[in-house]
Amino acid sequence: MQELIHNLFSSGTFGKLPEPLVGAMVVFVLSAVVFLGIAFPFAGIVSWVERRVWARIQSRVGPNRVGPNGFLQWLADGVKHVCKEDVIPTDADPQLFKIAPYLVVLAFVLPWAVMPFSSSLILADMNVGILYMTSVTAITVVGVLMAGWASNDKWSLIGGIRSAAQIVSYEIPAGLSIFPVVLMTGTLSMQGIIRAQGWAPQHWFLFANPFTFVAANILYVSALAEGNRTPFDLPEAESELVAGFATEYSGMRYLFFFMAEWGNLFIIGAIITTLFLGGWQSPQVSNNPVVMNILQLITFNVKVLFLVFVSMWIRGTLPRVRIDQLMSLCWKYFVPISFGNMIGTAIWVAVWPAGNWVAGYIMFALGIVIALIFIQRVMYYLRRSRMELYFRPTI
Amino acid sequence: MGAVAEYFDNIKNAVTTIFEGMAVTASHFMRKPYTVQYPDRIPVRVQDTLPYRYRGILNVDLEICTGCLACERACPIDCIVIACEKDPKTKILTISQFDIDIIKCMYCGLCSEPCPTGSIHHTSEFEGADFSTESMIRRFVTDPIDAYKPKKGPETDERIAPILNRGLRYVNEFAPPGEAWNGGIVDGGAAPGADDEEEAAAKH
Repeated sequence: MQELIHNLFSSGTFGKLPEPLVGAMVVFVLSAVVFLGIAFPFAGIVSWVERRVWARIQSRVGPNRVGPNGFLQWLADGVKHVCKEDVIPTDADPQLFKIAPYLVVLAFVLPWAVMPFSSSLILADMNVGILYMTSVTAITVVGVLMAGWASNDKWSLIGGIRSAAQIVSYEIPAGLSIFPVVLMTGTLSMQGIIRAQGWAPQHWFLFANPFTFVAANILYVSALAEGNRTPFDLPEAESELVAGFATEYSGMRYLFFFMAEWGNLFIIGAIITTLFLGGWQSPQVSNNPVVMNILQLITFNVKVLFLVFVSMWIRGTLPRVRIDQLMSLCWKYFVPISFGNMIGTAIWVAVWPAGNWVAGYIMFALGIVIALIFIQRVMYYLRRSRMELYFRPTI
Repeated sequence: MGAVAEYFDNIKNAVTTIFEGMAVTASHFMRKPYTVQYPDRIPVRVQDTLPYRYRGILNVDLEICTGCLACERACPIDCIVIACEKDPKTKILTISQFDIDIIKCMYCGLCSEPCPTGSIHHTSEFEGADFSTESMIRRFVTDPIDAYKPKKGPETDERIAPILNRGLRYVNEFAPPGEAWNGGIVDGGAAPGADDEEEAAAKH
């Protein structure tokens, strides 16, 4: 990046402008392109995919009128929201009220800096990458709490407080579930963690030992809770709190909250993929770095999108938990189990410092057994329903 | 059960029930959605799939209207307005106005029950939206028309016979069981089901 800017500068494209200013400009433009061209459309498209997925779970069709199979529904919704009036309640705190959505979007945008798309495609391979990732995503709580407080509305306030309680609580099991991987790799860098794994499933940290398997599941659930996703969407529980912290928002600010929520699915998927699913690791099929990078990019995105799909599937399956159930799940179950995982992994690493490849194969076999049992259950329910089968995703 | 056993039982329950729940929803991905994509993406028009006694928008066959005003009297909200005049010399009843205000109509079906010939009847049409309230008033009479006079024997006019046939079948739908009246006018006894299909085919 710096070399590029330096070359542009020395070629005289920008005349006599000072180099740091030009550098800042180039970074701003590039980040704008990345966020407006990748992150925000992703959030939009996810909203459409999610509605289609829920619809199929509920034996419905979902939006299929705007564009091919309703694909442009997200654009229509986005344009509609942008055109709406931006209402600020009279008794609201205008400054805080205006700033809150941007903080939420900021928390969604910052993690893209350390997103390891492939072995070279990463904006900044920080040596504290995963720590950075978990810290900046926690900025959401500031924005949400600010929105809840500034709206001057009891629903918004309760939503904001709930969100704060939830995110702060689930940071602990999430952080503790990252420890096993850090213990095994000895690094916090995203690329370092991925390089410590292999492309084959038995070399993934998900199957490295029983503790990491449990840690991956806990991290996934905790990440869903931090992203205010069902079954943990208490801050915006429609039946109790209208729309929670977003009650008083309208138009584009309202859109920002939900864009961040949908976009966070990618962040959640990326964290799990990086830590436990081998990230961009793919078999060495070519010595051409371009081919390899494209293959790695595809591998990474397929894994992440699968996890995004799973979170939609969970949202279509599970009902919302109560606030006391949410807290007891975190403090009575996840936190002790995460501590157990950490200690267990520490002992495991002490016994087998280079890892135990037998355990990898056994755990992978166990994973296949679980998947087969799952398929068997699905077939059982399909047979029992005696319904017409329909495999096409489009209708 | 001890507290520790309960604790692990809770974990087991959570994992197994979520596993089963995910399997149920996964099976739904492979099922055909129930949705009827009204109005355009359906194989058959919804109007054609409705039962014969469906109470849609009212229609009047003026050819067989006797001008008896039974429907106007039966209407609880006065949405039917009929004007009839009897020529004192020729004794011919002339209908000069037959309006039904579809906005007011509540589709109760009370008008079609007393109709002696089944002239006023519900159709299976239900898409009646329009841009002005004036256009929602169905005016069936444009030129004054002579009322129908029931004959003793079967109807001989080839134009009116099928209409009367349909009308009487409609009337008989509301007759008490075993008292279906065909007035000696309807000849032949086509099964209602077969009739239904013929009618649908004739309409479209």
